Amino acid sequence: MNPAVRRWVFVAGAAGLAAFYLWGLTGLPGFGSYPGPYGDIINRVAVAQTNATGVVSAVNFAYRAFDTLGEEFILFAAAVGVSVVLRHLRGERQRPARDESMDRNVAPTSDAIRMVSLILVGPTLVMGWYLATHAQTSPSGGFQGGVMLATAFILIYLAGEFLVFERISPLAAIDAAEAVGAGGFAAIGVSAVAMGLPYLTNFLPLGSRPGAVSSSGTIALISFFVGIEVAAAFVVIVSELLEQTLLSRQESR
Amino acid sequence: MSMSGCAAVIPHSAPLGLMNVLQVTILILVAAGATAVVLVRDPVRQVIALSVYGVLLAVLFLAFQAPDVTLSELTVGAVVVPLLLLLTLAKVRRREE
Repeated sequence: MNPAVRRWVFVAGAAGLAAFYLWGLTGLPGFGSYPGPYGDIINRVAVAQTNATGVVSAVNFAYRAFDTLGEEFILFAAAVGVSVVLRHLRGERQRPARDESMDRNVAPTSDAIRMVSLILVGPTLVMGWYLATHAQTSPSGGFQGGVMLATAFILIYLAGEFLVFERISPLAAIDAAEAVGAGGFAAIGVSAVAMGLPYLTNFLPLGSRPGAVSSSGTIALISFFVGIEVAAAFVVIVSELLEQTLLSRQESR
Repeated sequence: MSMSGCAAVIPHSAPLGLMNVLQVTILILVAAGATAVVLVRDPVRQVIALSVYGVLLAVLFLAFQAPDVTLSELTVGAVVVPLLLLLTLAKVRRREE
């Protein structure tokens, strides 16, 4: 195909795309309109049915908890995949990081970064823990809380050294936490089945008052387990990559 | 049924509003941020631009009343993804040298 023909094929294709795109734009519903019935129904019944005032969490961890379980295991599979791909192979040996170019020194961590990171670690941990355990009362949830908890670990890495990061997040413990988080979610579902209810039915007492921390039954519990799983998964992924970058491996011949 | 015919029969659950100033502003900023990410050619600078773009997206979600998505985007888009990319870049560059 010579350039002239190719150009004409492109022009025809682009014109067709533009025409269909503009046609599609004219048929868009107006800004703010919501055509489906489910959002309105959920807004009416969710608080009364679940005692959770964080309706997003009620949707995520009760009405469509099964979908969330699938999403949970996507992240779980991703963390396992990173661990498997970056594992130690036979014939690979590890050596500590050293500066590859000998004519310059590695810049030390600046005091400013170290101080800001250390100041932020505490609030980040508290915020992450709060978000993961208050899904039932606020627009948060296990995922957001878990990622924020993982961020606290990353801050410790920024503030200190990789070795400190490694010591406070031993991979075996983090792996176990990830398994407990993912397994806990699935186990809550199976517990409902054991009681003769459909999978992931909210079988715990809902509490007397909507919006109380102790309310909402399994919604709060599932969010808590999701928080543990997500935090552990992100720490696993980040520390595997850190290890790859900081400890260079050489294939022995 | 044609696409344009559809809009007329859809029941609107809420009266249609106009976007407020904040929403219009942040939409323009997000478009500018996304363009900037594409235009920056140096990978390390691109990662920083991507991180800023993540913050812009988080504000966008907040302006459109999705605070839960804001929290996710703030941590994942502005912190974790840029960090993973930076680590990968460090690894790749060392191999190239």
